[in-house]
Amino acid sequence: MDPTLPPFQAFIEDHLDQVRAFLRGMVGPTDADDCLQETFIAALRAYPRAHAGNLRAWVFTIARRKAIDHQRARSRRPQPVADVEPLVDRANSAPPADAAGVGMSPKHSEIWAAVAELPPGQRAAVVLRFAVDLRYREVGEALGTSEEGARRNVHEGLKKLRRSAAELKEMTA
Amino acid sequence: MSDFVEQLASRAAEEGLLDVAYATLDSPVGELVVAATDRGLVRIGLPGQPLDGVLEQLAEGVSPRVMSYPRRLDEARRELDQYFAGKREHFDLAVDWRLSHPGFYRRVLRATAKVPFGEVITYGQAAQRAGSPRAFRAAGTALGSNPVPIVVPCHRVVRSGGELGNYGGGPEMKRFLLDLERAL
Repeated sequence: MDPTLPPFQAFIEDHLDQVRAFLRGMVGPTDADDCLQETFIAALRAYPRAHAGNLRAWVFTIARRKAIDHQRARSRRPQPVADVEPLVDRANSAPPADAAGVGMSPKHSEIWAAVAELPPGQRAAVVLRFAVDLRYREVGEALGTSEEGARRNVHEGLKKLRRSAAELKEMTA
Repeated sequence: MSDFVEQLASRAAEEGLLDVAYATLDSPVGELVVAATDRGLVRIGLPGQPLDGVLEQLAEGVSPRVMSYPRRLDEARRELDQYFAGKREHFDLAVDWRLSHPGFYRRVLRATAKVPFGEVITYGQAAQRAGSPRAFRAAGTALGSNPVPIVVPCHRVVRSGGELGNYGGGPEMKRFLLDLERAL
């Protein structure tokens, strides 16, 4: 039998920081807080039916869905200029104000801009592995893949990131 | 973190998702935890009962949708403050009895809720008022399981020999409350 569900307040305290880090990596620091509230409201709504066994994987599943919904909604809206700035321009200019606001260095904001270009599955895996600091097994649980699948997604994602880093270096040299 | 959680709780309350709201309250006897559902006050945790344990009991006995949301406890906190300041003798708060065992236990607690400020009864009298005159020991157990002490004044039930008897917050707290009410 599943262990008893903890009080929702304790659930928030256990997972808030990690889910926030995940959403910042997925949708960027400006929109992360909106997605964070949507995630925890959806979690609260479904909470009495949740399985206490693996609440972290459960809440990341919800967060990922909210991040994808958010990106779809954003892609239907006219895009603010900052969102379509090519990577290379951003590298040459000051970091966007929102990135500075959460204490990201210019270098960090470049990295996350490149992460944002990754396909969603790879992006989620890379963010969970490096921004949330989960193990591959945990990344797999959170994304509904095997540990091996998680490893592959992270590997592919990193390969693309290395390529963008190399391009970046060439273009700014 | 607290700003985010406050906003979340407030939206959860608006959307009807907050089944149990709680707050803490400083009192002369120490920190109390007060919790309410949409039906009324459901739990008061006395000093010495750790917050985590009280919240777990609420999650298991009422609903796991438990969040800190002091606004829903404003009236309860106001009345408790007044009581401890000696400015209130009767609580006008609805009680949600869900955490008390239905049957004899709940009858003992309901009978005890009617004992006025400044008066005491014995365990035997509590048992009698609940319909089982000889069950004074069980009445003691029922009072020991009181989910909303102070507001359901189990401290007003004492031993027939003049001793105060047990109390969830410890015997000193029972004496403090009875002194506050000048009941002895």
